[in-house]
Amino acid sequence: MTPDLIVFIILALVSVAAALGMLFSKNAVYAALYLILNFVSVAVFYLILGGSFIAVSQVAVYAGAIMVLFLFVIMLLGAEKLGPNKTLVWQRPLAIILGVILGIETLYVLFAQASPGTAASTLPSGFGSPSAVGQVLFNQYLLPFEITSVLLLVAMIGAIVLSKREQ
Amino acid sequence: MLPISYYVALSAILFTIGAVGVLIRRNAIIIFMSVELMLNAANLAFVAFARLHEAISGQIFVFFVMTVAAAEVAVGLALIVAIFRSKQSIDVDQLSSLKG
Repeated sequence: MTPDLIVFIILALVSVAAALGMLFSKNAVYAALYLILNFVSVAVFYLILGGSFIAVSQVAVYAGAIMVLFLFVIMLLGAEKLGPNKTLVWQRPLAIILGVILGIETLYVLFAQASPGTAASTLPSGFGSPSAVGQVLFNQYLLPFEITSVLLLVAMIGAIVLSKREQ
Repeated sequence: MLPISYYVALSAILFTIGAVGVLIRRNAIIIFMSVELMLNAANLAFVAFARLHEAISGQIFVFFVMTVAAAEVAVGLALIVAIFRSKQSIDVDQLSSLKG
């Protein structure tokens, strides 16, 4: 048991437990808080994997902005308490069986056929730093970056139009 | 450094949990959160492979996925609010009629 492995196991348990907590919590606010915990633990994985800037933006954008939007809508609608749902009784067991099959298949393909191997233990200096990310983003991926801005504009207009009250 | 397959396996597990969440929950907001979980699992795989190949492009794609997720959440939550106004419910089983 190397320290790397211990840290990985603890963080993996936290993130999987938070994901399951989101899945099975009855209260939507608790589900959102569990999801924030999951995002923060995944951000720590990004740090381990050498993506320092990505990790910070994960916390700021996902755990900050997106989840605040979720909590805002949950509390605005007053939809914290979720009623029981018994319309399709066979759906829940079937979904769990299919999910387990999907997970087993993915792990089988990963470990039995296409194991990716181990990364080099040292990284080139500055890998994943804001300047390195910015260099690639604004040189190699300039056009997708600009299209992204159009996408955000369209999403903003869409949100305004959808939430405007009809006359 | 641990094998990259550990991280990809964790990403696969998180993705599976998200997919099961989309299938078993009936609250539209929880379904949205499960979609976010699946996008996040994909991001983890991207960053893991970026580390393996020492290619910064994998991290750039995480940015684009985050942007798409933000746009999706903004539009999706606006849709949920609009549906709640007309139906007084966000249970997806209630949304069975095409015309409001």
